[in-house]
Amino acid sequence: MYNFDFEKPTSVADAVAALAGEDAQALGGGQTLIPTLKQRLASPSKLVSLAGIADIKGVCMSDDGQVCVGGATVHADVAANAGSYPALAALACNIGDPAVRARGTIGGSLANNDPSACYPSAALASGATIVTNAREIAADDYFQGMFATALDEGEIITEVRFPVPEAANYQKFEQPASRFALVGVFVARFADGVRVAVTGASEEGVFRWSAAEEALSGNFSADAVPAAPGADGMISDLHGTAAYRAHLIAVLTKRAVAACG
Amino acid sequence: MPKDHGIGASPKRREDVRFLTGTGNYTDDINVNGQAYVHFLRSDVAHGKINGIGTDVAAAMPGVVRIFTGADFEGVGGIPCGWQVTDRHGNPMQEPAHPVLAQGKVRHVGDPIAAVVADTYEQARDAAEAIELDIEELPAVVDMKAALAEGATKVHDDLENNLCYDWGFVEENKDAVDQAIKDAAHVTTLELVNNRLIANPMEPRVAIGDYNRATDDSTLYTTSQNPHVIRLLMGAFVLGIPEHKLRVIAPDVGGGFGTKIFHYAEEAFCTFAAKAINRPVKWTASRSEAFMSDAHGRDHVTKIELALDKDNNFTAVRTETYANMGAYLSTFAPSVPTWLHGTLMAGNYRTPVIYVNVKAVFTNTVPVDAYRGAGRPEATFQLERVIDKAARELGVDPIALRRQNFITEFPYATPVAVEYDTGDYHGTMDALEKIADLSGFEARRKESEAKGKLRGLGVNCYIEACGIAPSNLVGQLGARAGLYESATVRVNATGGLVVMTGSHSHGQGHETSFPQVIAEMIGIDESMVEIVHGDTANTPMGMGTYGSRSLAVGGSAMVRATEKIINKAKKIAAHLMEAAEADIELKDGQFSVAGTDKSVAWGDVTLAAYVPHNYPLEDIEPGLEETAFYDPANFTYPSGAYCCEVEVDPETGKVTIERFSAADDFGNIVNPMIVDGQVHGGIGQGIGQALLEGCVYDEDGQLLSASYMDYAMPRADDVPFYNVDHSSQTPCTHNPLGVKGCGEAGAIGSPPSVVNAVIDALQSGGHDVTHIDMPVSPSRVWAAMQG
Ligand SMILES: Cc1cc2nc3c(=O)[nH]c(=O)nc-3n(C[C@H](O)[C@H](O)[C@H](O)COP(=O)(O)OP(=O)(O)OC[C@H]3O[C@@H](n4cnc5c(N)ncnc54)[C@H](O)[C@@H]3O)c2cc1C
Repeated sequence: MYNFDFEKPTSVADAVAALAGEDAQALGGGQTLIPTLKQRLASPSKLVSLAGIADIKGVCMSDDGQVCVGGATVHADVAANAGSYPALAALACNIGDPAVRARGTIGGSLANNDPSACYPSAALASGATIVTNAREIAADDYFQGMFATALDEGEIITEVRFPVPEAANYQKFEQPASRFALVGVFVARFADGVRVAVTGASEEGVFRWSAAEEALSGNFSADAVPAAPGADGMISDLHGTAAYRAHLIAVLTKRAVAACG
Repeated sequence: MPKDHGIGASPKRREDVRFLTGTGNYTDDINVNGQAYVHFLRSDVAHGKINGIGTDVAAAMPGVVRIFTGADFEGVGGIPCGWQVTDRHGNPMQEPAHPVLAQGKVRHVGDPIAAVVADTYEQARDAAEAIELDIEELPAVVDMKAALAEGATKVHDDLENNLCYDWGFVEENKDAVDQAIKDAAHVTTLELVNNRLIANPMEPRVAIGDYNRATDDSTLYTTSQNPHVIRLLMGAFVLGIPEHKLRVIAPDVGGGFGTKIFHYAEEAFCTFAAKAINRPVKWTASRSEAFMSDAHGRDHVTKIELALDKDNNFTAVRTETYANMGAYLSTFAPSVPTWLHGTLMAGNYRTPVIYVNVKAVFTNTVPVDAYRGAGRPEATFQLERVIDKAARELGVDPIALRRQNFITEFPYATPVAVEYDTGDYHGTMDALEKIADLSGFEARRKESEAKGKLRGLGVNCYIEACGIAPSNLVGQLGARAGLYESATVRVNATGGLVVMTGSHSHGQGHETSFPQVIAEMIGIDESMVEIVHGDTANTPMGMGTYGSRSLAVGGSAMVRATEKIINKAKKIAAHLMEAAEADIELKDGQFSVAGTDKSVAWGDVTLAAYVPHNYPLEDIEPGLEETAFYDPANFTYPSGAYCCEVEVDPETGKVTIERFSAADDFGNIVNPMIVDGQVHGGIGQGIGQALLEGCVYDEDGQLLSASYMDYAMPRADDVPFYNVDHSSQTPCTHNPLGVKGCGEAGAIGSPPSVVNAVIDALQSGGHDVTHIDMPVSPSRVWAAMQG
């Protein structure tokens, strides 16, 4: 690690101010950032921990029935307290291991937008709103490719608002080594249609599988899931070819639909 | 009733108290007053010419004590290789130099180029980044067959080519084997890869060099399985320090699995640098460094042919293997694909003629050496896979085909130069059939099918040569060291014993099992026996722990020394009781005179030895301490039969292990619980190799599986509960304990049954798949199913 300054503000305003400095970076649970620092792959001048800001931690229900998760809420908290959105709680419960879930945060996960991370699929399939210190961003506008998001420099995710679907399920097929998603599919059925978001598979990061959404919006059954999408643009690596990932998308979508009951 | 003490009992492991409560003393727990820290600047290219190393800026950075490069080691020896293989034509293998720090060229990602010693580790790392490297990248040689092609880039410019050796075994049998294959009624051929592995012991490697200018003594603390071997290799071949001026200490070691046998450059560096700067120097590998500097394992590409006559008797085996050596020869690397592999190609079977060809190849990758099983898993895997394939081709039951060809008479001299002393392969297979519940398989398969899964069952046998080994034999085979073991048994005045052994325990439980043997011999409580190991200053010269040799060889040395103790103690007892020595009996810690009620206790005799007031001083010396060196007459030959049941998810290709049964013959058993644990751990590693682990380089020699993000270690939920049975016991005939060794069995015996089971499952689902290379990952299974 290189040297850096460290601040732990107790309000979003102070955090935003602290982040204004050159090369300052927000620190969530550090589950991604700290290994990066240890490998000397990043050299922020200052880390601003969000863990001291009580306002952006915890899970609650909004008046309009959305599940609101504070940006600095750890996965374990979501697993335990997002019972009104069971598929979301189940997803959080299956991220990493207990140590990771005790520290890693939803804000960190969405800000990082790892192409194999789980939360991005939940946010995108749910049509969530990513709330920051500056604005509200619709999930459809938020994810902009591998490790790329709509966030500006120094912008902090303070809350994520999830509309609760009538039925939803997340199917994660684990990469054998990291146990991130080799492919993960989140299916959410709302009164006005079905949303299907796929993580782990595409070189463009999380995406909506629109062919499946259309088919399932008409007929929400596993049999209605279309044939696997093409392998073009899918990730190919040690753990699976593009064709395999494309194949898994269809398999997992069917399973998710079946699990929705 | 199970015994509660002595041989055959299962006392809990006494070392676990410190291991499980965080009170172990590992090398990284040791800090020597005034120590500096070293960080190695390692190559990030697989192959390159070093045009310049600019250290001026770095040397002026805060805390830097000194920066070393290859030039500092010009007058120093290179890292030696401990085994010389002679090729098919009678020529010695090609043996390249292996400098402590790279000289002229870098040859693999991770090759150390410079070493920065500084007051703190972070300062050393900071300064390493300021070193200006001028390295001209050269084409990398990664694929073994390409490495041998005409005109391939040479890893070592001063060698003729990238071929370390072309070994034929037994060369005189070659024609007979070719003929037998021509004459065969059926020949089954299989081409396969034995995947490259990274051992990943929980504790990464650590070394601390310390030098005492006043006495000119050097001390090395290191994570080693064999401190005396390191002292000999490093002292004699690298640094020129005689043994009496060099002490090597390997304290608690957090797992070795073979990769901590070898003498590594970092050990030599720390010892050398401590003297050069007159200050202790410490190095602790990061996990990332471990991935690119610990010797890797396996990495064979093999074609095997099995010939059978019309009655399905095996008539010949012919193999051709390419074995990756990596960029340099690690300590025992040349022996692994040859003597630890070719000699096992008979397996448990009466194949009359066998020919094994091995081409060992240099590539721009990390050196490859012994990893749990070392050569024997590679032999077992190809043989047991090809037998399974043959059974399918011939439409016969794979167990029946094996049974039909079992060796049944012992001793049995194989056509590959070893003589099995004992074994009962039918007995072990009987034991397996019982615990594996083979008759219930069809019902279980139906249950799986009802869930949409394909279920498969795979069986294999294994044989291993362990208790490594007779010094005169391994000497003929090219070993540059002996392979005896030693023990000093020191009895204290009040009766307690300390055993100083050359065997090293790094998780095996010697501190528990060795005392059981002595407790049995003398008839005292185990708690009276303490095991000391891991320090060349207070243990006799020993060769350390690998090749399942500790109890078979080290334990035998301890038995011999204890016998000497008992003989002497009997003389003392005879004197104390004024009886003839021949009439003295030792039982339950009491010496008695046969046929009388006269007795003296063990403690009375030991006290007399050290307070020799009433003592036969004219006949024997005071004191009670004996040393024995034991050199076995043969290897030991543990064997077994394993069965694996898997479920394959036909939609995703994911394999899960549903049942795993292991029947082993380890000869006599000292601590059944520890033996179970060794088998469990070994199978876990075997399942890791079969389903998960794969070390992969890209064509430029970059390590793709360079962290746990991409290198899949088995986790608890990847493995099932195991059924383990060791009731089939044919004691070894040539060591005093009748033991065979159990440390590697699980890792040797498990991969073929896993893969055999996957093939069985796929074929049961109508997929014409005859082989999938390990690791049998979901994506490979799915690809195989697509045809
Ligand atoms: C062993 C292991 C296993 C894992 N397995 C999984 C898995 O199965 N599935 C999965 O999805 N993830 C997995 N993860 C990743 C884990 O979920 C991390 O918690 C997550 O990726 C990052 O969250 P964090 O709070 O730790 O963020 P940090 O590491 O602290 O930060 C990550 C990035 O986000 C920024 N950041 C942090 N918080 C905010 C915020 N509120 N607003 C704006 N920017 C912010 C930081 O500046 C940094 O750039 C795993 C991690 C580990 C170590």
